[in-house]
This record gives sequence, C-alpha cells and structure tokens, in this order.
Amino acid sequence: MLDCTPANIVQRSGGAINPAKTCQPIGAMYAALGIHRCLPHSHGSQGCCAYHRSHLTRHFREPVLAASSSFTEGASIFGGAANLKTAIKNVFTIYNPDIIAIHTTCLSETIGDDLPTIIKGAEIPPGKLVIHANTPSYQGSHITGFSNMTRAMVSYLAEATAAQKKEQVNIIPGFVNPADMREIKRLTGLMGIRSIMFPDTAGVLDAPMTGKFEMYPAGGAKVADIRDAGNSRLTIALGSYAASDPAHHLERKCRVRALTLKTPIGIKATDDFLLALRGHFACAVPAELEEERGQLVDIMIDTHHHFFGKKVAIFGDPDIVLATTEFLLDLGMRPVHVLTGTPGGDFESAIAALLREAGVEANVRAGGDLFLLHQWIKNQPVDLLIGNTYGKYIARAEDIPFVRLGFPILDRGLHSYLPVVGYRGAMRLLEMMGNALLDRADRDAADEDLELVM
Amino acid sequence: MAFSGHTELPVAERAAFIYTKGRQKPGLKCEADSIAGCVSQRACVYCGARVVLNPITDAVHLVHGPIGCASYTWDIRGALSSGPELYRNSFSTDLKERDVIFGGEKKLARAIDQLVEKYRPPLVFVYATCIVGVIGDDLEAVCRVAARKHGIEVIPVQSSGFAGNKAAGYRAACAALWRLIEPAGGMPEKKSLSVNYLGDFNLAGEVWIVGSYLKQLGLELNVAFTGDATYRSLKNAAAASLNIVQCAGSMHYLAEKMQESCGIPYLNVSFLGLEDTADSLRRIARFFGDHRIEQRAEELIARETAAVAGVIQSCRKKLAGKRAAVYVGGGFKAISLIKQFRELGIDVVVVGTQTGRRQEYAVLSELVDNGTVILDDANPAELEKFMLEKGAHLLVGGVKERPLAYKLGLAFVDHNHDRKHPLSGFIGAANFAREVCSTVCSPVWRYVHTPVPGARAGGAVWAAAL
Repeated sequence: MLDCTPANIVQRSGGAINPAKTCQPIGAMYAALGIHRCLPHSHGSQGCCAYHRSHLTRHFREPVLAASSSFTEGASIFGGAANLKTAIKNVFTIYNPDIIAIHTTCLSETIGDDLPTIIKGAEIPPGKLVIHANTPSYQGSHITGFSNMTRAMVSYLAEATAAQKKEQVNIIPGFVNPADMREIKRLTGLMGIRSIMFPDTAGVLDAPMTGKFEMYPAGGAKVADIRDAGNSRLTIALGSYAASDPAHHLERKCRVRALTLKTPIGIKATDDFLLALRGHFACAVPAELEEERGQLVDIMIDTHHHFFGKKVAIFGDPDIVLATTEFLLDLGMRPVHVLTGTPGGDFESAIAALLREAGVEANVRAGGDLFLLHQWIKNQPVDLLIGNTYGKYIARAEDIPFVRLGFPILDRGLHSYLPVVGYRGAMRLLEMMGNALLDRADRDAADEDLELVM
Repeated sequence: MAFSGHTELPVAERAAFIYTKGRQKPGLKCEADSIAGCVSQRACVYCGARVVLNPITDAVHLVHGPIGCASYTWDIRGALSSGPELYRNSFSTDLKERDVIFGGEKKLARAIDQLVEKYRPPLVFVYATCIVGVIGDDLEAVCRVAARKHGIEVIPVQSSGFAGNKAAGYRAACAALWRLIEPAGGMPEKKSLSVNYLGDFNLAGEVWIVGSYLKQLGLELNVAFTGDATYRSLKNAAAASLNIVQCAGSMHYLAEKMQESCGIPYLNVSFLGLEDTADSLRRIARFFGDHRIEQRAEELIARETAAVAGVIQSCRKKLAGKRAAVYVGGGFKAISLIKQFRELGIDVVVVGTQTGRRQEYAVLSELVDNGTVILDDANPAELEKFMLEKGAHLLVGGVKERPLAYKLGLAFVDHNHDRKHPLSGFIGAANFAREVCSTVCSPVWRYVHTPVPGARAGGAVWAAAL
C-alpha cells in the first residue's frame, strides 16, 4: 500500500498525506466524556459527531454517546442558534444529563455562531448546566480540542470559594486512556494526597459489564469536584499540550498554583511526578511505590541488553511522544525519528534538548504527517516503530517490529484497560517493546541460530 | 424511562418515525432531517459520497477541508482491491485558519499538483467538506484547470457535510461517477452478455463472489460500482447490457441515469441470504431470455445451496426461536436480513434504518410479524428500549451499535464496514449463519448473569437477569 512512497524528500505545501493527527472536536468530545453524567454535544452537521463517536468507539470498544445540532443548509446560512436551542431542550428532555458540554466544528466556527449568547438564551432546566468550548478543526489537533474543553471546565465550573486553599491537588491528566487516569489516581492516593482529576474517563470508557446499558456510567469527574478544584492548593498538568493551558487558566481564575510536568511515562517522568507531590504536600513516598520503582529498575537492568543502541522511530500525540522519548533514551535506545502531527508549541525544542543531552542525532518534526515519517525511515531504517494504529502500514511496508501506543488504536484491544504511565506502566512498555524486538530476532534467526534462552 | 405506545416518547416529534405493525395505522415518517439533540446514528453528505467512491482503487481521493474528515475516513471501509492500493491512503488539504480566511483554492491546486506528480494517478476525486461549502472555494474551476494541466480527470465531489444527509452524499457520488462514465464520443458498442454490478463496495471481497456467479452463468462482470473498480474499468461502464443494483440506496440514482442516457436497463437484486440470492440469480438469468443461462442458474443455485445446507441447518438448530433486532444503513439490506433470519428460524422483532425510503419501509412492514417495531433514524435510547421490550437476543448493526448491544448482554453481528468475512451469496449466507451462531451461542453471556463468586446467598449479582 505504501510502495509509492519515494525516499527523496521534497518540500510539500499542499496539505497532508496520511495524517498523524485529527481534528479538535474529537478531543473535546473525549474530554467531555470525562465529566460524570455529561452528554457531549457537537454543534455542527451530523457527520462530525458520527465520525467522532465511531472513532472513539473503535478505540475504547465502549458506547460513546453524543448529540449533534444536525445542521442542514438552513442552519449554515441563517446560523445554528435555533438548532442549538432545540438541541439543548431535547437533550435534557430525552437523556437527562446533569451537564451538556458543547463543542463547535469548523462549520459552526466559520459561520460565526456566538455560543455564549445562544446558551444564555437557551432553556436550561434548574440545576442543570451547559458549558462550551470553541474547537475549530482548522487549528491545532484533537489534543488542542481536549485542552480547550478542559479549559472550559475551568472557565464555567471551577470556583475559589474557600477562605484557605485545601490540602488537595488537581490533576489534569491530558489525552490518555482511562487506565492511565486510574493509575495516576492510584499513585496520588498511595502518596496520601486527596486529588481531583478532571477530566476523568475512568469508569466511563472502561466501565464494567453490568448487563444494563448505562447512559451515564459511574465514573467521571463530578461537577462538584471540578468546582472545588478552585479551592485546591496546586494543579499538576500532565503534558504541556493537552493539560497546561487549563491549569494556567485555573491559576489566573482561582489562584491555584499550576505546575506542568511530563505525562508520567517512564521512570524519570514518574519520579518527577511523585517528587512534585512530595515537594508540595506533607507526604512521603510509601514503601509500596519504592518497591515498584525498585522492581522497574531491576527489570531495566535484566533487559538492558535488548534495548541498548536500538534505533527507534516514534510518532503520536506530543505529550506522549515527549515522555516516551525520554524513557527510550533512559534505556539507551536511539530515537532517530520523532514526529507529532500536532503543530506548534515547543515540541521540537523539547525533544532536541533531550536528544542533545543523550548525544543522539534525529529527525524531529511537529505538525508532520506519516508520509514524511515513512520517508525518514526509508532513508534511515530503524529497529522498532512506536505509534498509533496507523503505524502498521509503515511497519509492514518496511518490515519493522511495531509497538502500538497512543490514540487511536483501532485494531487491538485492552490498551484502554492497561496503563502505560507510572512504574507499572513502564514495565508494560518494556514488555511490549522487548517482546517486539525478541519476537523479531526469533523470526529472523536461522535454524542454527535460534536460541531457547534470550 | 417508559414510553411504550410511542405517545409517551420524550420528544413527541419522534413518534411519527416509529411504527408497530398491527398496533398502529400503517405509515412511517422517513426521508426527513434528524431532530437536533437526538443522538442520531446518521452521518453526513461527505460520508455518503466517500463510502461510495472510495473503493475506486487507483484514484487519489483528496479531501478538501481541515484534517478531521480525511483522518476519520482513512482506510476504515474495508473495501478490497485486486491491484492498486492508492485509495487506502489519506489525502487532505489540511486547511488551516489562514486558508479559511483567504480561501483554499491555491492550496488545493498545489495539493493536486503535488499528488499527481508523486503518484501519477489516472483520476483524482476532490471532495468538498462543510467548510468548503461555506467559504465558497470554486472546486469546479480548480479541478478543471488541474485536469487540463495534467491531462487526467480531476472530478469535484459536491459533498459539503451539511447539504442534506448521507443519502445526499450518495447522490453526489453518483453525479461524480456519471461525469466519469458518460461516454464522450457517442455510445460504445454494447456487449451482449455483459453486466454491471452496482452498489457493492467489495467489503471482504464480496464483489468477487458475485462476479464468479455471473461467470458461472455465462455472463461477464463488466464493472462493479465501485468495489475493486479502476479508472479504466469504469470507462467501459456504458458497454454493459444490464445493470444489477445491490445497494439501491446508494446507486438507484445512477441506475436510472444509465437507463435513461445509455439505454441500459436495471434490476434490483440482493445477494444477502439464500432466498434473495437464488431469486436474484433467476431474475438475472431470465432477463437474458436464454434457456442455457437459466439452466446454468438453476444448476448453480442447486449446487451452492447444497454446499451450505449443512452449515445453515446446524446453525438453525441452535438458533431457532431466537429474536433479532436489525439497525442498518439502508432499507434494502434490512429487507434481505429479515428473510435471511427466517432461514435461520429467527424472528426479527425490531427493525430500523438510517436512511430507508418510503417504498422500502412499505415492503418491510409487509414482511414482518405483528408487533414488530419499525423505526427510522433511531437513537440508542430507542434501540435499547425496543430491544428490551421485544426481548431481542441479538442485534445486527454497525460500529456504533456494537457496544450498545454488548452492554445489554446481547449478541452482535456487524453488517457494516467492520465485517471480516463476506456476507454475500451462498457462501456469505453460511458465514452469516456461523457468525450469528458464534455470538449468540458464546459461553461469555453466561457470566453476565451469574453471581459474584463468594457472594452471600441472595446477595450481589453481577447483573440482574434481563
């Protein structure tokens, strides 16, 4: 399928070939699902909503409910106010959520619908809430959309009501799987600190089987908790792209100090997260976590021969790629191609700094596509490819071992139940990467070279 | 939420879209816009157009708009190719804010130039997305200039998402196809035993099955629209002597157009289930008025039916008496599925479509038993309600319906683009029977309703029995 990709790289100015990102609204929809009893609403035509629901359903293998303003030509010409007002009324009548989280699409953005005004004029039952985020699809990526909807949670909901800040930490986890959110909460809990995580899709998109269809599963950040986030002493934003902006918005709005860290993938980023908690709260790292960390280091020593010097190409969402790259370097691997589809920010300089310190030369690009990544790999082959589902085409074309990480993963299961963050998550990554490399060694070994013990 | 009798529906407007056979006066509202705020399972115009055109394997399918529309349609349709794979890539003009303000025509022209240079395709489709309709890029003009410059066909697809629903996208795709196949220098000479096959997208290789049946009848499959089609094969479309139409929803318009302009008559067919497959083969054979063809059709039907009879029978033994719900895209498929379920001893108790047409609902209504609920543009809450009310054991649908069924503890079969084996023809009927069996009879459902190990007597249960 990719046999047409030429090795010769020329400048392209006419769009993307095989994108490494998607559009803002799906990120906003995912974030909105992380509020308890929330129905996301897409203000635009039906297709966007259908695509986002399908895509999220394929990744999480869970029902994803969201309503749409169902724009037709009339709405596109005369504005979508009437559709949105009808939609708000209908959503509360039919689905009875506590809160509707509306995001825009490129269509409603371009015709210039003024959402705050429309929402003010809508019939909202007493005790119910409507929030919104502007998520034009022609800016940023799904990561920007996630950030924007999380920011809307701060704008609409968070309040500083307590006389004194409470001994609790807000955690904005970024665009990660429910299992990762669970693991981050577990780590914080083991540190003995009360935390408010938002958004929180644990228990929503990895909900257990009950034999019933729960329109609103038990999980998700409670509105009352998001309100109370304004009273916390600290917000930790995990990821500068998906989480930092809402944290700083909360800092400005409610004077809650904001601290941006890497997504806690790998040993160092997990250390940094726990140390930040220890540094800001009266707490100590418990023996249980010391034990986990010790196990991880033990495993890294046991397996370091498998990883050292191996060349890796990695792509995906910027926060995930940045943290994982740091872990790869800690394993002595050489991430020689590093790419995110999300444009802008400090991705390239942050990666460059990591690589410089490790003495690795690499191709690095923010706002790139998989066509470019494939060309890089053609010019400089790698031992391992890490990225979302779409990497499988490159892995097949170039015959490279492949580890699925990030969003979306449409062709495998369980990723949303098993974390990659924390020390346990690092162990899982080691297992996935190590097995991919060793399976390959077994596959390629001549009969006389096949070893039982590796 | 109890809203049986349909008058108690939370949104009164929805009542007209739902009908229970035998309990109400016949009549169902359909072919209308969705109600804002309902969780519709429908998609948009672009989606409809892309579904139909994407299986053309050697074309560049360039999506003119922000990145999302191209990302979501990157190789998720499962249409197989016997050769080129260019269609499996995702091409987007990836419009940014600047392009939206100043117009995207220049970027589009650059994108076409660069893609043509890189891939040398015989054909480029350029799809308009919502935003292109709003900012008013002149797709027609950009495509015309590009076509002249590169000496290939560059065809605009007017598929702005908001301009109707998925059915409007089918129309847009048919319009684009017509531009491609309309014979420029007069009608080609008709090939007497040559058939076009419309409305099959070669999911899991289904076109190849039907193609082999035609061959066994002594007929030639001229070109399929659009499964495994190429630029070259489509150019010869007007030479066929008959069009057969599987997915009427998407291809009816083109079949009419070809009848009117090329003088090619068409037959609506269905290759879903034994009954419809056999019936379709007989009608195709009869059309040619040749005794030998009819003879071969009978032999084929007898041979193939016998080949799968064992599978069907053994599945039927396990499945008889079960109740199914159907929620699919178009009405024609729903009709076939009801008959196919009957072959397996399964009653369809709920049936709905995204974009069914009035005549199709009339046929559906004739076909089902009293008490069956028929609904257009259903939302998940309605599907849940009626599946539970009617005691369905199984749902047939697409990607968004799957987890809904599972959460209810119901079996599920994908009859959309996530299918992994062909469901067409005799072999498809056997595959379908096996798949229904594998999901309905899986031991996993046992655990939905069993007590928590070690729970005190009469205490916690994983889930209340349905």
